[in-house]
Amino acid sequence: MRHLIDITDLTVGEIDELISVSERIIDDRQSFSDICKGKKIATLFFEPSTRTRLSFEAAMLELGGSVLGFASADSSSASKGESVSDTVRTVGCYADIIAMRHPKEGAPMAASKYSPVPIINAGDGGHNHPTQTLADLLTIQREKKRLDSFTIGFCGDLMFGRTVHSLINALSRYENIKFIFISPEELRLPAYIKEDTLNKKGIPFTEVERLERVIPMLDILYMTRVQRERFFNEADYVRLKDSYILEPQKLLSAKKDLSILHPLPRVNEISHNIDDDPRACYFKQVLNGKYIRMALILKLLGLEG
Amino acid sequence: MKIDEIQNGIVLDHIKAGNSMKIYKYLDLDRLDCTVALIRNVKSNKMGKKDIIKIDSPIEINLDILGYIDSGITVNIIKNCILTGKHHLELPEKLTNVLRCRNPRCITTEESNLDSVFRLTDRENCVYRCEYCEAESV
Ligand SMILES: [Zn+2]
Repeated sequence: MRHLIDITDLTVGEIDELISVSERIIDDRQSFSDICKGKKIATLFFEPSTRTRLSFEAAMLELGGSVLGFASADSSSASKGESVSDTVRTVGCYADIIAMRHPKEGAPMAASKYSPVPIINAGDGGHNHPTQTLADLLTIQREKKRLDSFTIGFCGDLMFGRTVHSLINALSRYENIKFIFISPEELRLPAYIKEDTLNKKGIPFTEVERLERVIPMLDILYMTRVQRERFFNEADYVRLKDSYILEPQKLLSAKKDLSILHPLPRVNEISHNIDDDPRACYFKQVLNGKYIRMALILKLLGLEG
Repeated sequence: MKIDEIQNGIVLDHIKAGNSMKIYKYLDLDRLDCTVALIRNVKSNKMGKKDIIKIDSPIEINLDILGYIDSGITVNIIKNCILTGKHHLELPEKLTNVLRCRNPRCITTEESNLDSVFRLTDRENCVYRCEYCEAESV
């Protein structure tokens, strides 16, 4: 039985396959509309994340299946101290597949060792969130028509941003990608990722402090939020904060076919004035997230090869 | 100093000087009834100083733990006073219930029923990471 705990659980070939199934779903939603008839997904959300939960539930409903589950730990058995292994062994009797969100890192991995049905990691603390990465990859594929040969900039909090780490990891397996990391010094990408994922594979990257300098070089810009409390001192925050906010002025020097991604929710790091710019892809990314979750559910249930 | 040769058992040789007490503890050798000799700071041409442990009983030892603590150790198996096997160790790929994860956000720190599993992710630098949260062992 297959689970999806970490994006690297999938081979590049399997990711390509998920992308192509997603594109078939997008082109012909009707023919997938009852493929999961009689199947149930349990969304076990030990911490609330409404958008991710709704994405999984919408995905299953659009495949003709049904959903059950809980939306936070206080409405679940976890509040009575039940272990994740017992929870999934129980829920596995009712559902055909489980999407699990948990505040503790590694909880879905622990669950996968005991579960009688496939587990999808829907986010475990600050650790992994592989279906966000799949949504990112599908968005890049649909915007660029390829997953290789481009320059991608990651902007914001690169130290704690799990979606950034996971996407870098996934993209490091494709050819000819240049990475530019744009962050304040204290929020740079962790050294182990630079070392283990990039240097070891000889993948080039650049680190800069200001977005303005590099924006003309980018084919893709992946924005993340920078929180004030992550800065070591107020002076640096004041000096740099505007550099991590994307507003129309900065886009003047950007490529015409730049694709702007953001895992959402945003606070103020992307100005609302950009939402109507054709280069803004973050709401398409949300929609793509649903389609690739549909493809993933089919794959893990063995319904679509 | 002379220690009686063993008849049926195990000799752990080429232990890095100072590591023998740690091995004694990790392998629970204090639970054994048989003769156990722990010899420290033996002169060695190759190593300068080394430790040796002799166990006069053909016990099963966990080579993974041993390899993790000190992969330079040679394990000699003795049967009827004759050397019948010699094993060189290497860093094990996986350690189960040897290390505990120190990441307070890790599920294993909350749920003690889970096996604690660490995997070797970088042989060159001897890096082990928690299978659950991927935190490095310390
Ligand atoms: Zn851990």
